[in-house]
Amino acid sequence: MDTLNALVAFSNFVAIPAVAYGSQLALGALGVTLVYGVLRFSNFAHGDTMAFGAMIVVLLTWLLQSWGVSLGPLPTALLALPVGIIVTAGLLVATDQLVYRFYRKHKSPPVIFLIVSLGVMFIMNGLVRFVIGPGDQRFFDGQRFIVSVREFKAMTGLREGLAIKTTQGLTVVTAVIVVAVLFWFLNKTRTGKSMRAYSDNEDLALLSGINPERVVLVTWLIVAALATVAGALYGLDKSFKPFVYFQLLLPVFASAIVGGLGNPVGAIAGGFVIAFSEVTVTYAWKKVLVYALPDQWEPSGLMQLLTTDYKFAVSFVILVIVLLFRPTGLFRGKAL
Amino acid sequence: MIDRLRAPIFFALVAGALLWTGLNQSWNTALVIFNMGLISAVMSLGVNLQWGIAGLLNVGIMGFVALGGLAAVLIAMPPVKEAWNAGGGAILLGLAIGAASIAIAATAYRRMHKGLLRGLALVVILVGGFYLTRIIATPAIKAVEAINPASTGYLGGLGWPVLIAWPVGGLMAAGAAWVIGKTALGLRSDYLAIATLGISEIIIAVLKNEDWLSRGVKNVIGIPRPLPYEVDLQKDAGFIEQAASLGLDPVTASTLYVKLGYGILFAVVLLILLWLAQNALNSPWGRMMRAIRDNEVAARAMGKNVTARHLQIFVLGSAICGIAGAMMTTLDAQLTPSSYQPLRYTFLIWVMVIVGGSGNNLGAVLGGFLVWFLWVQVEPFGQFLMGVITSPLSDGSFLKEHLQAGAAHMRLLTMGLFLLLMLRFNPKGLIPEK
Repeated sequence: MDTLNALVAFSNFVAIPAVAYGSQLALGALGVTLVYGVLRFSNFAHGDTMAFGAMIVVLLTWLLQSWGVSLGPLPTALLALPVGIIVTAGLLVATDQLVYRFYRKHKSPPVIFLIVSLGVMFIMNGLVRFVIGPGDQRFFDGQRFIVSVREFKAMTGLREGLAIKTTQGLTVVTAVIVVAVLFWFLNKTRTGKSMRAYSDNEDLALLSGINPERVVLVTWLIVAALATVAGALYGLDKSFKPFVYFQLLLPVFASAIVGGLGNPVGAIAGGFVIAFSEVTVTYAWKKVLVYALPDQWEPSGLMQLLTTDYKFAVSFVILVIVLLFRPTGLFRGKAL
Repeated sequence: MIDRLRAPIFFALVAGALLWTGLNQSWNTALVIFNMGLISAVMSLGVNLQWGIAGLLNVGIMGFVALGGLAAVLIAMPPVKEAWNAGGGAILLGLAIGAASIAIAATAYRRMHKGLLRGLALVVILVGGFYLTRIIATPAIKAVEAINPASTGYLGGLGWPVLIAWPVGGLMAAGAAWVIGKTALGLRSDYLAIATLGISEIIIAVLKNEDWLSRGVKNVIGIPRPLPYEVDLQKDAGFIEQAASLGLDPVTASTLYVKLGYGILFAVVLLILLWLAQNALNSPWGRMMRAIRDNEVAARAMGKNVTARHLQIFVLGSAICGIAGAMMTTLDAQLTPSSYQPLRYTFLIWVMVIVGGSGNNLGAVLGGFLVWFLWVQVEPFGQFLMGVITSPLSDGSFLKEHLQAGAAHMRLLTMGLFLLLMLRFNPKGLIPEK
């Protein structure tokens, strides 16, 4: 019984939150990795792209709510998601045409692109704060839990409860669908194949008649979708605050690098590695250990390795370890 | 001809802008902008060394600046005796053990042969060291933080003159930069950017959460000054007399006197650093650095140790940022960890370097002044503009209030636009590299 209780406590406080957070990071890291693979630079504006996409979703959700539209148990934000993606895609394509295209034509080195993306980040950040303000916004509605602690306890008779938030379930389901569609697209369609070819070897791709501008355009469209979905899911799960998205940049980049920059499978694996490490290192293990260990071994402290304030430190340390020992990442990077 | 006149013209422009501020707003405001401009110029000088001369991307300037600020606290604040008695020694011992375990692990990694045994040994050393550190330091930290938390609750500093903190701040930033450089230099250039972004977030997290070190979000206030206090000046008969002879009342005269004093101190630091940077740039060392930046492969083929040189200049540039950070905390006389925002302390400095002219030290200094001036003045101007734009709207309407509240965020937009336009149409900056 105690083992079961330990397992439930572990799932409730570590496994489920980490899977949800990992899915969000994976979606973010996929966006970073796609830009890196096709456009060949680290996009520092990605965090703020996520914030922008999420902001559009928040605004539309409010609009729908004021019209009295609702999805029943599911959050209304799901209805707003497609429009959010379209608006974000418009912004990214416009940015590309106005800003990045010039440097692409001049074949500027990746560092210049990176600095340009810092400028883009400034503008997007200002835009988001200007429109919605720097404060905390809530836009979640619908049913809060798929499984609540009380129901679970009544169902199983265990002392520990298990809760699965709707947003957590939704995050995982959406992430699986998005990733499946993305991989189908990259591996099976003509456009996806041309993207991979372009990422693999630009000159060869150009020789075989692939239109680079089209590849870039498609990439931005996909990145917009990924960023909006990731941003909206994160906002639903926690809450929407522009500044937090900037801080997500570090774990997102860490995920992409740990997995191998430019490698989509790696980005997903990296997202989960970072999320699980972050949650396990900052979780107070006492509750689980009380059940798992014999009575006389019961820990006196909280058994928390680091406080949650240091969660950046976790992604950073993993990043440093990977950079030191395996700079190309877990799954050899740079190939779509 | 035009090129030679560029620097004097632009500097005259900045001086004119400051004079305008002094005449139209107040001389106090002008001096406040001037002092922060000096500090910004030092920061952008440091970043210019890294980016302009060596082509290294540092996206963690905020962290190095904050370390300089911590130095000001650790050097200048009076030590808290009870806290030291309660657990100062134990905390230091714990930290020493932590550092030692990392050092031992590094040696073990180098000495032992690859294999399962080595991995196991590393895990045991690191995990053991971590727990030992926690066991020794945690109760001591609690004891220290419990001592009079409303006013102290930390170990305090050394109680030395605050000016010593400036070089010390540089040294602390240099240490952090060395660790980062060791891991990320020599890899792809983006990795350095991401690693510095990470370390700066961690430094801020440490300052916010380690109350025994920096009082965390309770802030350290009242850091001793290198200059006299206004109140004391206003009591000084000699000073009042001198002020009167200049036709100033004592209150205004004392505030101007203190600000001018800071200005002179900062200007001395800036001039020394600028002189050093100019000499370095024109020395064989500077030529080598630019050669490495322009063609790394060729430089390597000529037998230059590119990674070591990069590490060197990265550490130097970060040290300059640390010095600037210590100067800034001295000026504010307080350390407020929550005020360190990456947009303000990292990316704004980037705008300064790019706008001023990367690779040119004078350009970086100019950028520091100019961008700082704009950063300060864009906000009132934005509010004024918003007021004009929204004047046809009825008072109290949602749109009007929203737009006026949003005016404060206009400067992020303006700065981003500034950066992008500069990169697009004048990528060499206002004063280009020769």
